[in-house]
Amino acid sequence: MENIYLTIVLAPLLGAIVAGFWGAKIGRAGAHWVTSSGVGIACALSLWVLSRFIWHDLPAFNDTIYIWMVADGIQFEIGFLVDRLTVLMMATVTFVSLMVHIYTIGYMADDEHNWPHGSLAGKNSYQRFFSYISLFTFSMLMLVMSNNFIQLFFGWEAVGLVSYLLIGFWATRESAVFANLKAFLVNRVGDFGFILGIAAIGMYFNSMDYAEVFAKAPEFANTEIAVFGGVSLMTLICILLFIGAMGKSAQVPLHVWLPDSMEGPTPISALIHAATMVTAGIFMVARMSPLYELSTTALSFVLLIGAITAFFMGLIGLVQNDIKRVVAYSTLSQLGYMVAALGASAYAAGIFHLMTHAFFKALLFLAAGSVIIAMHHDQDIRNMGGLRRYMPITWITALVGSLALIAFPGFSGFFSKDAIIEAVGHADVFGAGFAWLLLTIGAFITALYSFRMYFLVFHGKPRMDEHTQHHLHETPWVVTVPLLALAIPSIFIGWYAVEPLLVNNWFGNAIVVAHEHDTLHHLANHWHGQVAFIQHGMHGLPFWLAMSGLILATIIWWGWHKVNPAIDGQLQQKAGPLARVLDNKYGFDDFNQRVFAAGGRRIGQVFWNTGDQKIIDDTIVNGSARAVSWTAEWMRWLQSGLLYHYAIAMIVGLVGLLTVYVAF
Amino acid sequence: MIEFPWLTLTIWLPIIGGLAVIVSGDKTAELTKWLALAVALLTFVVSLPLWFLFDVTSADMQFVERVAWIPSFDVYYYLGVDGISMPLILLTTFITIFVIIAGWEVITYKPSQYMAAFLIMEGVMVGVFAALDAILFYVFWEAMLIPMFIIIGIWGGPNRVYATIKFFLYTFFGSVFMLIALIYMYFQSGSFSILDYHTLQLGMTAQVLIFIAFLLAFAVKVPMFPVHTWLPDAHVEAPTGGSVILAAIMLKIGGYGFLRFSLPITPDASATLDWLIIALSLIAIIYIGFVALVQQDMKKLIAYSSIAHMGFVTLGFFIIFAIFNQPAVHSGAVMGIEGGMVQMISHGFISGALFLCVGVLYDRLHSRQIADYGGVINVMPWFSGLVVFFAMANAGLPGTSGFVGELMVILAAFKADFWFAFLAATTLVLAAAFTLWMVKRVIFGEITNEKVAHLQDLNKREFINLGALAAAVLVLGIWPSPLVTVMEPSIIKLVNQVQVSKLPNAPTPTISQTINHIQP
Repeated sequence: MENIYLTIVLAPLLGAIVAGFWGAKIGRAGAHWVTSSGVGIACALSLWVLSRFIWHDLPAFNDTIYIWMVADGIQFEIGFLVDRLTVLMMATVTFVSLMVHIYTIGYMADDEHNWPHGSLAGKNSYQRFFSYISLFTFSMLMLVMSNNFIQLFFGWEAVGLVSYLLIGFWATRESAVFANLKAFLVNRVGDFGFILGIAAIGMYFNSMDYAEVFAKAPEFANTEIAVFGGVSLMTLICILLFIGAMGKSAQVPLHVWLPDSMEGPTPISALIHAATMVTAGIFMVARMSPLYELSTTALSFVLLIGAITAFFMGLIGLVQNDIKRVVAYSTLSQLGYMVAALGASAYAAGIFHLMTHAFFKALLFLAAGSVIIAMHHDQDIRNMGGLRRYMPITWITALVGSLALIAFPGFSGFFSKDAIIEAVGHADVFGAGFAWLLLTIGAFITALYSFRMYFLVFHGKPRMDEHTQHHLHETPWVVTVPLLALAIPSIFIGWYAVEPLLVNNWFGNAIVVAHEHDTLHHLANHWHGQVAFIQHGMHGLPFWLAMSGLILATIIWWGWHKVNPAIDGQLQQKAGPLARVLDNKYGFDDFNQRVFAAGGRRIGQVFWNTGDQKIIDDTIVNGSARAVSWTAEWMRWLQSGLLYHYAIAMIVGLVGLLTVYVAF
Repeated sequence: MIEFPWLTLTIWLPIIGGLAVIVSGDKTAELTKWLALAVALLTFVVSLPLWFLFDVTSADMQFVERVAWIPSFDVYYYLGVDGISMPLILLTTFITIFVIIAGWEVITYKPSQYMAAFLIMEGVMVGVFAALDAILFYVFWEAMLIPMFIIIGIWGGPNRVYATIKFFLYTFFGSVFMLIALIYMYFQSGSFSILDYHTLQLGMTAQVLIFIAFLLAFAVKVPMFPVHTWLPDAHVEAPTGGSVILAAIMLKIGGYGFLRFSLPITPDASATLDWLIIALSLIAIIYIGFVALVQQDMKKLIAYSSIAHMGFVTLGFFIIFAIFNQPAVHSGAVMGIEGGMVQMISHGFISGALFLCVGVLYDRLHSRQIADYGGVINVMPWFSGLVVFFAMANAGLPGTSGFVGELMVILAAFKADFWFAFLAATTLVLAAAFTLWMVKRVIFGEITNEKVAHLQDLNKREFINLGALAAAVLVLGIWPSPLVTVMEPSIIKLVNQVQVSKLPNAPTPTISQTINHIQP
């Protein structure tokens, strides 16, 4: 198996290297063929491995590939742990990645136009883009397949690097290079916590290996560590690691980078900033479930952060007019749902939602991208309308994605999201009730913003200018085929996966849940098949809230909008201060800009001007030089070489000494 | 059996070769350059046996050569390397090649003397790392100043006189105290052998004074806060090659000094004064990080970045005493020192490469000001790719060498004290901020300066230079094992050594953590 796993990881890397370094030689077709084949191989093999796990009960693989180093008795290694949790991630990541590769062929076809005339960076940008997304796939696979903390961190930072490169892909645009720096730095704040968490594990477990750490973890369940006046070690480790997840998975208050990351080309918004990389934090916490189960405090923290993100970020989605930003805020909100599931110890539900979300959110992003292509890169939904007549495939697939997103019964998102809300309802860690409330109301908001966008884009009268309208048409097959391919799992994957994942404990010992935290067993105990689950869901509050959101959205942005096309703006004006708060995104960006960015620069300025230049250089260093030269001047003045000067000095000195001698 | 004198060869080949380069003169400049390159390459080749013939299971000095030099004072020509000095020697011979190549077309004024200065410098620096006799060490140590003084003073920028004087006085000031300490210990031990100093019993007062004397010498070289201000000035005025040598190797000599002298000779004083070094190291990481953030000059920014990274080195070296005091912790001291060592080697590659990158821009536009650039990616895509790579390495991205040392020091620092690790880990944010912000302003964006629009991408020579360093950064990042394996026995020996008190009336040695593992 080792060779198969190595192939899965290395095939995308090889594609990335070839397309990156020899992009000019192999040309555009060469680049997309070599990278897509690499990812295609990885995807095919991953699906094959998945099938082995499903139907042949393949045992988990855990082995070292090579030893990175042995230092001070700790072995650091590169190795793979492929169990049922991993293989699900591998299949999801490689499948979405493959779809995005194919889609990119269409999306980036005329990328020269995005670069200033004559820019050499734009010359082989098409090939470079493929190289990056393949490199991303490699990094993400390294992350999910790792069997130790160091490789996890490697993958973690490597996906961050590729994200940085891709957000700033159009490197001549100021907004893009601002966004990628911001993304990297905010992620680094998360990683700051993450590496301290890893260091804490290193200190107490003296190992970086998952299996060893997890096995020893219960011994430390009651260990206290003498920081912050004494806290439980497990709580500290889990919260530090989770800070890393908050960066990568964009949880409040480290979420600020994700909306800005939309500056990157749409395919990577789908792949990296919706389907895969941002879910790394969710995967990580699920992987660390043996640790998180030992700290209710940490679980409670995770739950609250997730619920707050899910609710408040969803609200912002209501006032966004950029098609990608609506989807981006929706992603933030959905990530919040997944995180909340983790906090409720419903790791399986979190991963389940991760998977369904990967499909339907990638679908929504790619559909948005398809719209953007048709609209000649205008992303403002106020300028769209009526697109369903011009691009039927995009329309239908976007509708599928939206229905899945709002958890319409039967669609994939329904199963996963309903399970999360139900699990949180059963949780009894601190804050669970509050979290449940936020998530439940969130269902209403999700439906509202999703269908606001859907109606504004695809229904009503076309509002674009004539030229654009004249050229509107469905996008080429390389774009629509991935849409269709993603629409299928967006509908069906929930139906098929819910029973094994949530009821039959498919993950086995890949995920550990303490008996008293087991919030999913209610669901398992009352399981009577998918139909019954749907019926049960349709009696629940979340369903009714989602439906009212859908209906309200239909009334406003379909019915009312026909009568009064300016209704969207008017409603926002009516909402007044609330809309302004949402429009300012609760002021996080302003605060960060003023306090951290400007504050950091000011501190640096003060340290440099006052500390280094004035105190150290001027006063001490050059000051001592001046002191030496003054003394020398003075000595020179004393030694004038004139006899009578010396004679006077002697006489004055003699008189002085005698006076002192006589007087005292 | 007399071993082949690899160390002598590595020291004297470049020095004699350098003299030959001077003699051959500027009239045949082209030939002279090839001669200089040949000498540098050959020196690297003769230094390779140090790596390949090195016994990685031994903590003792290897390749030892000992010949009486000044018998009346017991001064020997005494050379040898262990796992601490050997990698640094290889770093020296490796980096020098690229310095020679970097000056190829750029230096038009007396190129032969320029090349020769670097070759002589190389031999002298290898001498510093290889010397086991205190006087020999001191001679090499001071001799190092002369070529660097000349390099900055002749081929430097407009303000080079101020910079050279500052550089010279600063470092010279530090080293005279070291000389006093060395002579004092000669009178105590009757030997100038550094290894004899390691076992010399010393009272606490003597240890503290010696420690401070060494500290003055090494802190200036590293440089540590607050004696760091010569470095940015020296870098700004130095020609590219000078900056590379300065950052990549000369700073390491300070770090090396702590391991070869301070820790083993004055373990009790080190244990007492470790808080001072830790505090200065953390200041270097945070304070200097902020200072780097606001620099307008690329070279200054990288110089400050060097100081911050060297803060990691000294932090890794001196947290060991706090780790010994943690009863529950089984290890970590070895990792701290190893982390510092790996950081030194890695910083040699990365800072060297970054200075070469600035040199590439400077050669074209004759400006180091960040504000003069912007949009370089439009005209120099390959160069930009490499800059981003080295910037990421500088920010400690896993997979590059910059991560390895940082990780090890943070892991070890956590064992010493949560807050040490906490403060040290701020570098994740700070280093990324100052490095990538510079990248953003220089590399990305639209071209605003007309002159940038006419820049040419890397030529073959520059590409080879930066490509080779990038490969080194990557290899060390992906597979640090060989380097760590080479160092481990010597560092374990050192860690065991510093736990034995050297006070004359000390109770029987109590080693809190005897470390004897090589494999887990």
